[in-house]
Amino acid sequence: MLEKALHGGKIYWIWVLVLLAGIGIGLSAYLYQLREGLWVTGMSRNVSWGFYISQFTFLVGVAASVLMVVLPLYLHNFKAFGQIVALGQFLTVGALIMSLLFIFSDVGMPMRIFNVPLYPTPWSMLFYDTVFLPGFLMLNLIIGWVALGAEKRDVPPARWLRVLICVSIPWAVVMHTVTAFIFAGTPGRGFWMTAIMAPRFLVTAFAAGPALLIILSTLLKAVARFQVGEAAIQKLITIMFYALIIDAFFLGVEYYTAFYSHVPAYTETFRYLFFGIGKNRALVPWYWAMNGAIVAAIALLALPGTRNSRPRLLATCIIALAGLWIDKGFVLVPAAFIPNVFGRVTEYPPSWVELTLSAGIYCLGTLVITALYKVAVSVRRERMENPPGSTSPAERPGAGQVPLFR
Amino acid sequence: MTLSRRKFLKAVATSTLAVAVIPGDSQGFELKGRMSPSPKALKAKRWGMVVDMSRCRDDCAGDCIAACHEVHNVPFIPEPDHEVMWLFQEPYANAFPDQSHGLVARRSDGWKFLLMCNHCNDPPCVRACPTQATFKREEDGIVMMDYHRCIGCRFCMAACPYGSRSFNFRDPRPFIKKINPDYPTRRKGVVEKCNFCQERLEVGRMPACVEACKEGVLTFGDLDDPASEVSRLLSEKPHTRRKPDLGTGPSVYYIL
Repeated sequence: MLEKALHGGKIYWIWVLVLLAGIGIGLSAYLYQLREGLWVTGMSRNVSWGFYISQFTFLVGVAASVLMVVLPLYLHNFKAFGQIVALGQFLTVGALIMSLLFIFSDVGMPMRIFNVPLYPTPWSMLFYDTVFLPGFLMLNLIIGWVALGAEKRDVPPARWLRVLICVSIPWAVVMHTVTAFIFAGTPGRGFWMTAIMAPRFLVTAFAAGPALLIILSTLLKAVARFQVGEAAIQKLITIMFYALIIDAFFLGVEYYTAFYSHVPAYTETFRYLFFGIGKNRALVPWYWAMNGAIVAAIALLALPGTRNSRPRLLATCIIALAGLWIDKGFVLVPAAFIPNVFGRVTEYPPSWVELTLSAGIYCLGTLVITALYKVAVSVRRERMENPPGSTSPAERPGAGQVPLFR
Repeated sequence: MTLSRRKFLKAVATSTLAVAVIPGDSQGFELKGRMSPSPKALKAKRWGMVVDMSRCRDDCAGDCIAACHEVHNVPFIPEPDHEVMWLFQEPYANAFPDQSHGLVARRSDGWKFLLMCNHCNDPPCVRACPTQATFKREEDGIVMMDYHRCIGCRFCMAACPYGSRSFNFRDPRPFIKKINPDYPTRRKGVVEKCNFCQERLEVGRMPACVEACKEGVLTFGDLDDPASEVSRLLSEKPHTRRKPDLGTGPSVYYIL
């Protein structure tokens, strides 16, 4: 099946070349960082985690959001997601490859990374991420690939796939929860020390994933005339809408606790994010933009016209995704170090090396997703053009789908 | 090449003989000095430090810091963002940001509190480390670092509420004025911190900072031994620890 990623038109190959160039530039940034050390990043002894860990966190969320397509399709037999589920699973594969690369880029001694499995440390939350991330990557790659292969040959998928799907559902929740636990259990970082962290991680993931899937589906429709179906889009909108509302509620709860309690440890970072401390206010515009984007996306989705106008829907999804990215992919990690443990403020601007390297990783992830989507789209198109067998597509019991309950 | 049976046996016999006869016994492969603790080693159930700030003079040259950083090959990196610090100074308001109320702040105005790794009883950094590169030695409570295992993920720095940990953002070796061959230098990409001079305790010496301070600010000893100097000081004078509400149980005490 993979050979299908090697057949494409001119635009496809230009796109692949652009991504390869991006990967090359990112790799050169990585080699420079490897030679010089992490001082070429914007990180410091006071803000010791930055852009890389932020991207890791955001992308694990994108990966976990596949649950929002898998759950309705396999547990509730919502058949309209049949076309989009492979897109979700392959998006997860790309997101997790990027997450792992971001961790790899962040560590000071990448050549020692295998010390983590060599000295398994169950009391360290990072240990669980190194178990759950590659595991979820494999699960989604296998489930997506095998289901697509079955669809190609027009046979029902192997029965053992159901076991993997059942495993993958709680796996997604646990994976993102342990990501939140990296942050939510650190004494002395009041901004992270909140029990709402894991629920908020999940709910922001479940908003970001559908938003991204709607954007990608629209793109696929434009470049490959690939239709996921209107019912699927409508369902994704509903999921995103409620996830955003719950996120806004969780944010409000956080703000209340921080500002009403007046406990400095909980208040100070929020005070910095909303109003700045002294002259330091680098993240203030970002934080207002995040809050504004979440509110604006909810308002736009509540308007009746948005659901039925693709350009408006697309704009709404981009606003929502931008807000969710600022939240988890830009502010959440460095903000906990501001003010630092000495009550001082050190701002964190990511450096060009960091941004270039990150762009390279995003290019690599996009390339993986592009190749996998190409395969999925080609398989579907073949089936559409030459329906196999004598039966009409409507009579075949959901090829490529794995009904858990009939 | 073909080898007859006879030739082969001959070769085996002579080579066996040669190995047996040639001097250089297998004893040579055994470790000469077995790794056993020195009889001179200082021992404690729980090592702790008492910092008597009332004795610490403002105009002091900071001999303790110089001694510590020289002994441990701590680099002097000019940019504050990438500094490596084992023993360092902060005003009261920054050392105790959560206890910074008027009277104490006024009494300690201008004092530069000596800060170091607190060697916590329940260290959050040890919990965070994914490779056990940082660990608490159960026999004496020292929180140690294995610089050869550390992957440089800096989870410990996020977990430490005291800012006691430094990451080598760049190669530290060019920034060491004079390398002390008795202690390893580190390389870029690993985390380091105060080790309560574990390598000196092993050979019966007090920590370098304690030896260097002529004013008697620093007292080091066994917190679990009621007869020790640290226990006596703590029973006589009012004292505090940094961020006690976090439950980490620091082993470094401050007398104001």
